[in-house]
Amino acid sequence: MNISSLAARRTKADIAEICARLGNDPHRMLDILLAVQDANRWISPEAMDAIAGAVGLTRIAVEGVASFYSFLSLAPKGRITIRLCDDIVDRFAGLAAVVAAFEAELGVTLGKTSADGAFSLEVTPCIGMCDQAPAAMINDVVATRLTPARATEIARKLKAGVPPGEALVAGFAALTPYQRAKAMVDDNIRLAGPVVLGPAPKDAGLRAAVVLAPAEIIRQVEISGLRGCGGAGYLSQRKWHFASLAPGEKRFIFCNADEGEPGTFKDRVILTERADLVFEGMTIASKAVNAREGVMYLRGEYAYLKEHLEEVLAARRARGVLGRDILGQPGYDFDIRIQMGAGAYICGEEGAMISSCEGLPGEPKTRPPFPVTRGYLGYPTVVNNVETFAHAARILDLGAQWFHDIGTEHSHGTKLFSISGDCARPGIYELPYGTPLRELLALAGASDAAAVQVGGPSGAMVGRDSFDRRLSFEDLATGGAVIVFNAHRNVLEIVDYYMSFFVHESCGYCTPCRVGNVFLKKAIEKFRKGQANDDDIQYLKDLSDTIIETSRCGLGTTSPNPVLTSLKNFPLVYAALTRPTVDGVKATFSIQAALDGARDIAKRRSYIFDKDYSK
Amino acid sequence: MTETLVDQRKARVATVSLAGCFGCHMAILDIDERLITLMGLVDFDRSPLTDIKTFTQRCDIGIIEGGCCNEENVHTLLEFRKNCDVLIALGQCAIMGGLPAMRNAIMHSGEPLRECLEEAYISGPYLRNTTRLIPNDPVLPLMLDKVYPCNEIVDIDYQIPGCAPSGDVIFNTLAGLLTGKFAGFDRATLRFD
Repeated sequence: MNISSLAARRTKADIAEICARLGNDPHRMLDILLAVQDANRWISPEAMDAIAGAVGLTRIAVEGVASFYSFLSLAPKGRITIRLCDDIVDRFAGLAAVVAAFEAELGVTLGKTSADGAFSLEVTPCIGMCDQAPAAMINDVVATRLTPARATEIARKLKAGVPPGEALVAGFAALTPYQRAKAMVDDNIRLAGPVVLGPAPKDAGLRAAVVLAPAEIIRQVEISGLRGCGGAGYLSQRKWHFASLAPGEKRFIFCNADEGEPGTFKDRVILTERADLVFEGMTIASKAVNAREGVMYLRGEYAYLKEHLEEVLAARRARGVLGRDILGQPGYDFDIRIQMGAGAYICGEEGAMISSCEGLPGEPKTRPPFPVTRGYLGYPTVVNNVETFAHAARILDLGAQWFHDIGTEHSHGTKLFSISGDCARPGIYELPYGTPLRELLALAGASDAAAVQVGGPSGAMVGRDSFDRRLSFEDLATGGAVIVFNAHRNVLEIVDYYMSFFVHESCGYCTPCRVGNVFLKKAIEKFRKGQANDDDIQYLKDLSDTIIETSRCGLGTTSPNPVLTSLKNFPLVYAALTRPTVDGVKATFSIQAALDGARDIAKRRSYIFDKDYSK
Repeated sequence: MTETLVDQRKARVATVSLAGCFGCHMAILDIDERLITLMGLVDFDRSPLTDIKTFTQRCDIGIIEGGCCNEENVHTLLEFRKNCDVLIALGQCAIMGGLPAMRNAIMHSGEPLRECLEEAYISGPYLRNTTRLIPNDPVLPLMLDKVYPCNEIVDIDYQIPGCAPSGDVIFNTLAGLLTGKFAGFDRATLRFD
């Protein structure tokens, strides 16, 4: 028997063991694939066959999942994979020079794996570090505030065989998971508000909730007026209420920790500093809807927080506030597991997240039924954002009315804003809803802000005339991302980048989103190249309307927003780039450019359009 | 007196087939005996139907079949724009690029045109090209980087959709436009299933 078939047999045995560890459960496909990826640095065809055999699925079903997620690879990856954050904020902060430094030191070009299989160098959309850009993931750890010099230094250490964590932080192995996270990534809490980031006594909300009837807990949430903090702002009380009424043998509490909206990093900070509060909120919700199992879906980019969160969970179990008979109440059982994501923005959509947890490609589900009636594995499921659960825990502690009194008529409590881009003090600001954008910009030191992307790319791009608008669901709604651009930035470059983000992140299920966003990006490119006519402005609007009207989920219904809001708030930028039609002939068509390729192939000039044809 | 003369003057029409298959011109003939009614309303100038190769005078209407795949198409289209008051794009190729525009879908290639020509003349699996050369006679017009619908090059005033549009649609649209009674397309006539 030769060595390669021995190796193949060992791989097969390893995979069988991984699958067995996860109960050969097809619903845990993502965990299986992540473990295989981690062990082998790719998912080989043989590995897919082995997985399919172990869990009782077809090979194509396994491949369907493996090919969906960008952190899973169907080609061999380097033992160390460096994923540079390619967000527009990182680009403006000097990403190109950092890429060049890595390329030079590691001898590998972007998008490639080195010949010896040691390094892969690639880019990835926003990894939630916009306040300390440029940043990169190195396997599961995170390098922030990269400069060419720092990149070179890190690359040298990695080449010398230093483990990634140690290459970033001296004495990494000796630190606790919490210390490691803090050593790699700054919190940048610039302003702590009274609800989430202020001092909070341990388990106070849970102790208050445990003596209440489920309906009374939901009533408290209703009085508080709490709305989902992920961006859509759905009333949390309704989700809890409907889930509590929905028939089902089991119910589930899901925490959406897949914040992928470029420019958002509030959940990162909450999970680092207030993880207890989030788990407490989930535990309270479990009592309200009678759920025994909870899942936190943690985005793959935050893998560096997983150990810390596991420690927090373990401490909670030891303290009797998680697990069986919580706080001594017989039959009050609830436990939480962490489900890792694998680099798919769409999994922040609740249906897609549930699909992902079920071991399927992260595609949204048809609605209705909504998750509160038919969610995870068909059972009623409450899905709330990290911040929402933290708020819920504080509401039960300090009282619904106290929370209700903060904020505006339809937006109660505080909101965590993550500010990045062209400002002196990027980071997290916890402010009451209704705060004018101008005030937030002043706090962040964004004195020369010219365009502000509120709510990330799926939100709105606003100009100076909108700075007095208020951050609330009634006016300028946001899931928390506020990205500042000064007057030197090119608005269309930003819009173009955001469209490329949506093109990359569309799950591909429905045509309007999969194809429409590509067309929209191409139309924006026409403007950037000076090839747009007046008609193209109308085309942008019409195409955007079609995408919004016909897409299947929230990605497609918001993806044209960068185009629509910049058209509305920066019309002159577009108008200045359009070229008029003269005598019925479009100035945007260039016969010379269109003939370049053919001249080259035919090795002759144009008989019709080149005056010096004969020369 | 002059006014009556103007009203009675027949509209002058030119037609051309660019990167099309002549199917739309065949469809013009599908209006059958109504051709006689149409001839009462128009005179044909430059057109494959008359075999007149250049404009004899300014025309009221230019009917374009096909999009632009080479320099000669562009040149002809510009001539039509210059010599006609109203341009009508007839059929899917003129409106959207149509079948020839399938080559626009050659992506992920540094030189899509070269790839297209090589597959068509050299590497295609069903070829018997003993010269192993891509035709390159100086009389052949140079190809454009991609196929352009007419409205990306000049303003187009009307579009008659279809592949090819039926004789009924062509006649009703032209007759309607000429008599000022055109009121849009009946949905049923635009269905192809």
